[in-house]
Amino acid sequence: MSDFRAMFVGFPDFNISEGVFPNINLQDKLNWAEEFIQNVLIPRLPEAVAAHFPVELGTVLVMFAVAGIFVAVVPLLPLVLVLAERKVAARFQNRTGPMRVGPWGTLQTLADGIKLIFKEDFIPPQGDKLLFLLAPYIIFACSFAVFAAIPFGDGIPIPGDFNIGIFYIMAISSVIVMGVIMAGWSSNSKWSLLGSLRSAAQIVSYEIPLGLSILTVVMLVQSLSMTDIVSSQSNGIFSWLIFRTPFTFIAFFIFFISAIAEVNRTPFDLPEAESEIVAGFHTEYSGMRFALFFIAEYANMFAVSAIAVTLFLGGWEGVLPGYDILGGFPGFVIKTLALVFLMMWLRWTLPRLRVDQLMNLCWKYFIPIAFFNILGTGIWGLIFPEDTLVSIIISCAIIYIGLIVAYTIAGRTLAQKPEPQPS
Amino acid sequence: MESTQHTESKIIELKPFADEMVVNMGPQHPSTHGVLRLELRLDGEVVREAIPHIGYLHRCFEKHSENLSYPQIIPFTDRMDYVAAMNQNWGFCLAVEKLMAADESKAFEVPERAEYLRVLICELNRIASHLLSFGTYGMDIGAFTPFLYAFRDRERLLLLFEKVCGARLTYNYVRIGGVSEIIPIEPGSIAEQNYLDEIEAFLDYFEPMIDEYNELLTKNSIFAERTMRVAVMSADMALSYGATGPNLRGSGVDWDLRRDEPYSIYDRFDFDVPVAVDVPELGAVVGDCWSRYKVRMDEMKQSVRIVRQILAEGLPGGPVMADLKAVRPPKGEIYFRSEAPRGELGFYIVSDGTPKPVRLKGRSPCFSALSALQELSRGLMVADIIAIIGSIDIVMGEVDR
Repeated sequence: MSDFRAMFVGFPDFNISEGVFPNINLQDKLNWAEEFIQNVLIPRLPEAVAAHFPVELGTVLVMFAVAGIFVAVVPLLPLVLVLAERKVAARFQNRTGPMRVGPWGTLQTLADGIKLIFKEDFIPPQGDKLLFLLAPYIIFACSFAVFAAIPFGDGIPIPGDFNIGIFYIMAISSVIVMGVIMAGWSSNSKWSLLGSLRSAAQIVSYEIPLGLSILTVVMLVQSLSMTDIVSSQSNGIFSWLIFRTPFTFIAFFIFFISAIAEVNRTPFDLPEAESEIVAGFHTEYSGMRFALFFIAEYANMFAVSAIAVTLFLGGWEGVLPGYDILGGFPGFVIKTLALVFLMMWLRWTLPRLRVDQLMNLCWKYFIPIAFFNILGTGIWGLIFPEDTLVSIIISCAIIYIGLIVAYTIAGRTLAQKPEPQPS
Repeated sequence: MESTQHTESKIIELKPFADEMVVNMGPQHPSTHGVLRLELRLDGEVVREAIPHIGYLHRCFEKHSENLSYPQIIPFTDRMDYVAAMNQNWGFCLAVEKLMAADESKAFEVPERAEYLRVLICELNRIASHLLSFGTYGMDIGAFTPFLYAFRDRERLLLLFEKVCGARLTYNYVRIGGVSEIIPIEPGSIAEQNYLDEIEAFLDYFEPMIDEYNELLTKNSIFAERTMRVAVMSADMALSYGATGPNLRGSGVDWDLRRDEPYSIYDRFDFDVPVAVDVPELGAVVGDCWSRYKVRMDEMKQSVRIVRQILAEGLPGGPVMADLKAVRPPKGEIYFRSEAPRGELGFYIVSDGTPKPVRLKGRSPCFSALSALQELSRGLMVADIIAIIGSIDIVMGEVDR
């Protein structure tokens, strides 16, 4: 174990814990595998083996095993989500969706996957072969690595339960853009290049409001650890961070919309806008490599929804303190799938923005609002250092009044739009 | 140096500036509405120039027609604007009928019943055509769902067409001297009543749907942002490029052949001609993509009005075909234009008295409208090109003929 930990010896110990930021320390929670061996495995082994059990080697093996479980289980998620997307889209569009393969078409994605595996693996002869082959794996690996730090439920081990969990997620998900640019560049196709450059601009821009809205949460919880963020929301629905202050309420929406932009879905699906640049960065990909992009896209969608649930909607904590309503692993999945459904709903309802409008929205609206949120959260933290009944009542009242005002203004603007009657 | 470079690159088409990228959009591209090929000179996302290259669907319609008798040409007009084939049939038949009317001995009256059927079916066809335009425009802008809504409604219309002519896309329904009798609907029969009831049921269903589509797509703020104030075609520009139909009316010119040069029995019906106006509440200006699109949405309502008037009057009795021995127009020439869903469809026919035309020329509204693309698209973004192509609503079958 000591060898493993030696990797982090040189890691700087950020000691700014006097401020709003917690002490960043990777060594704290990396011993879950060791704990598992000491407390669960060794007591169950015969004594002769237990005495000589190589704990260090075992730790590494346990980590590999957990990683294996993730790699095996998480790809099943897109399998379900792709089918769900097709069924949801079909319902929105007066269709039935896939119905032929399996009962109600439930095995359709499996059939598609098998088809994709058998397809020709085309590599553009003029392109950059190495980058072309590498790109899907970078995107695939990064979008799956995000799952390592997501707290799925009480008692479910988190492989990457660092005390900088959300920071790790931000970092690892930013690497995806590199894969996108590599895919676009190496395809030797102008449409791919356009798509990848659009994607780079978009993801880099939207990461700023995304990070800034995460910051409001981190300021309130005083921790970057996903476990801490969840456990700080354990007192029922009004302790969920979305209702804790009016500013986190706004931050949630900024986070969610930016997350949609991060995962390239309508109305922000410019990098793969079918009607404009064919298929964007993955135009030239076929077969299993294309499937990797596809799986990564849906895994991403689930991941950002899960992060939104963890940060703002209580994670796996329930609606009422002490009762297990919408709590635990099932509650977490239900909340996440609700957000995923919202994303699908938006996708099949809205048209696509243009690239300059996309940038306007980010830089002129989201980033200023996100900075305002940080300021507001800081002031809120000074006024209410502890969460009290009063602070929660005031917060919910402000949110309620704000919603009514927004609704009235929106209603009035809509009412002012008469049916234009050209004659 | 700059200027010499510029002229050079003009001559040698594919030599771009260092900061330019030449991209081929089409002929296989999801949203060039068929086989249009655009040569885009891009500066990043900004389009410096978009040069349309056409001819990928050229089928020698005009030359081919010189070897066919007049009735044989009608199915070829189906293939011009295959989205609104009824109107193409009709436009050609009107031209031939007018040519034949020049000779007293060969003149004939198109029966009343045929005229009513023509207006009925062609106005329904106009709705079908505009529905397709609405659906694909939504898809161009990025909303997939309107496309399927539009096709759901268009399907009902295609079934109606199938009942009178047996075909869903290439109808060959309007004939010289009347309409096709292949599937006869006897005057006053139960079949006729059922057919008209079916049309009425469709209209009752469809009329509120137009408002719903307006709520869903037309007033959607993202859609509005994408299409309003984009590619403004002034009235002068529209006239100078010969844009017609919804494209011309979208630029604020109040001109509709059905009202201003009434042919057939259009003078008997009461309908408005939708013309684009500035909509300051929403931000639309006359001549932008949104106005062209909105004119089509409004025209569907007017077509519903016309069809409702026919249904209220009921179809007159009598034959559907004139007593016509042979189509052998007298020597002479004719140009006749009619209002197809995409604009003025003209046919110029030179006859030498034989059953085959000496020369036939089709005047395609899409071709004229497409010629404005190069000027409209300069300095806009790649996504706007798609918005323009969708808003001028081209059908390549008609552009290339």
